[in-house]
Amino acid sequence: MSITAITMPKWGLTMTEGKVVQWLKPQGASFTNGEELLEIETTKITNVLEADANGTLARIVAPEGTTLPIGALLAVVAPETTPAAEIDAFVADFVVPEPAEEPPAEAEAAGPRTVDIGGRTLRYLERGSGVPVLLLHGFGADLNSWMFTQPALAEGCRTIALELPGHGGSTKDVGAGNLNALADAVEAALAGLGIEQMHLVGHSMGGAVAAAVAIRKPERAATLTLIASAGLGPEINATFIEGFVRASRRKDAEAVLRLLVRDPGLVSRTMVEDVLRNKRIDGATQALETVAHAWFPGGQQTVDLVAAVDALTTPVQVIWGRDDRIIPMTHASALATRLPVIIVEQAGHLPHMEKAGAVNDLIRRFVKA
Amino acid sequence: MAQKTIRQALHEALAQEMRRDPRVVIMGEDVSGGAGTPGGRDAAGGVLGVTKGLIAEFGEERVIDTPITESAIMGAAAGAAATGLRPVAELMFSDFLGVCFDQIYNQAAKFRYMFGGKARTPLVIRTMIGAGRSAAAQHSQSPYGIFTSVPGLKVVVPSNAYDAKGLLIQAIRDDDPVIFCEHKLMYDLKTKVPDEAYTIPFGEASIVRDGDDVTIVALARMVHYASEAAEKLAREGIDCEIIDPRTTSPLDQDTILDSVARTGRLVVVDEATPRCSMAADIAALVAENAFAALKAPIRRVTAPHTPVPFAPVLEKLYIPNADRISAAVRDVHGYAR
Repeated sequence: MSITAITMPKWGLTMTEGKVVQWLKPQGASFTNGEELLEIETTKITNVLEADANGTLARIVAPEGTTLPIGALLAVVAPETTPAAEIDAFVADFVVPEPAEEPPAEAEAAGPRTVDIGGRTLRYLERGSGVPVLLLHGFGADLNSWMFTQPALAEGCRTIALELPGHGGSTKDVGAGNLNALADAVEAALAGLGIEQMHLVGHSMGGAVAAAVAIRKPERAATLTLIASAGLGPEINATFIEGFVRASRRKDAEAVLRLLVRDPGLVSRTMVEDVLRNKRIDGATQALETVAHAWFPGGQQTVDLVAAVDALTTPVQVIWGRDDRIIPMTHASALATRLPVIIVEQAGHLPHMEKAGAVNDLIRRFVKA
Repeated sequence: MAQKTIRQALHEALAQEMRRDPRVVIMGEDVSGGAGTPGGRDAAGGVLGVTKGLIAEFGEERVIDTPITESAIMGAAAGAAATGLRPVAELMFSDFLGVCFDQIYNQAAKFRYMFGGKARTPLVIRTMIGAGRSAAAQHSQSPYGIFTSVPGLKVVVPSNAYDAKGLLIQAIRDDDPVIFCEHKLMYDLKTKVPDEAYTIPFGEASIVRDGDDVTIVALARMVHYASEAAEKLAREGIDCEIIDPRTTSPLDQDTILDSVARTGRLVVVDEATPRCSMAADIAALVAENAFAALKAPIRRVTAPHTPVPFAPVLEKLYIPNADRISAAVRDVHGYAR
């Protein structure tokens, strides 16, 4: 039996350090693969680190409240019978790996890239190799929506987090901004990237776009995972949509972003600042207005894909946070007799971020099946 | 996203706005830079190279080298703004405000008010501030407090390249006169800056660092010293929140007051002299509106009430630094009634 380290993970492109918020297992406790070990706060959002194997938490090295760089030693995993001196030696010998000082050109290449879609460009981040998995974010979001999902899926899959027109670093020319316009853009990007068949994962508005891509050419979609998806019922929180489009200052943006999650404490200053940075780009707010008007005029969804999703031969799973305040969970329960529906407890509209481990498992299992 | 210097960010803002709006013109001493030298026009691109390349793209109709007379530059720019252009005029050193203050203080700043709201003066004045280059008493001052005291002027004091670009574009699109202060030691500072045009609203402070123990409000170059101090203090167990107001007029009072309501302690860091200054103004704001929250006296870390010394040793003493900020923070943190 060997002694192993639990170290500070790297979640997302910009994370350099994390803060130990709370240990969910006490020192000396044993745990099984997938169990929650501790909560870590990044500048964006707080997430839970899960065990990736069975073991015993022989020594907690990082006390609650400490901020440590990526790779720093958090705890030692060792069999119960390990002498304390051996653990002491392991802690003493542990060396935090230096963050790779990549030359700027390579660092840029490893970051997001763009794909041309007939004179406009869409930005995307690619990670891993294998079967393609396309990740489509929701209204107002960007590829950072998948900061916890993409690293988990990239082990064994070629993951592509694509930014829809009007969002993130993609073109602000959204055309009509409606379902067809966004689905056309995604299809053009897929052609540009040479992807013919893939697993589709979409969140909220991106869920409806993912569904449309599958409906247009069912043979192309291996599976379809819909997370708190639009297009499955008429209601949507108009306060959020309108507030998000209007917000140009931190306070206003923070108030609407808090609607997205069950625990408002999850919304960090960096998350708010990143949203505002996207929205400040020339044309971004107008693009969001066009999209919002096409999809959700007067707080009602115009897109209805229930029948078409129902008729799909592609395997579909539906994931929803029980406490979703943007699109009600009842949209999922209405489908439960016909499709596999998983309700995630203790989560709002962002279950893939709020309960990343559980949702990652659901997607992984579905993609592998 | 590419890392860009403040110099590049300002250049990009000017070029993008000049492409977008033909009414945007720039004018000032040597804004093309190099006329009469072997290199010819555009050899220098202004004293610090910010405007290099603009005359090649936009021509001398829109990139106007002026005689060395600040009163004429500011007068012409104020008139051009009042009659339909959107000039970006350069007051090379803010220390020269004395020779053109009538045009700024008693003319441009008053037009909107005196013409019953019917006149618009979309004028930007770019100007250099700051000590640290041994440029002596007449080329090293930070008089943004003087500009801030004038109703009718908006005043921008950026601390990094991202803010500099977004705030300069906002300044150019704004319909009121804006004084845009650039610290002369910060042009080479880099941060990530989008290629696209974007705006940052005036009166929205940036929270540079979160903390619950002490609020530090710092301006321009002082933001970086405050960050350096906060790093050290964090290791001592003192968590500082750093607020960069970004614009001193309008001033984001809410962000400052909200923070002090939480921390109960305030240190203001200002490179300018202390009397009738931004440091005094912010201290008064908090004393007046957050008195009940205060757990310790407010501390100001500023230059002394003297001209900026030429001697490098004295100049170094003159400018607030991380050690002085740390000392002030420890002082308010350890204060007991």
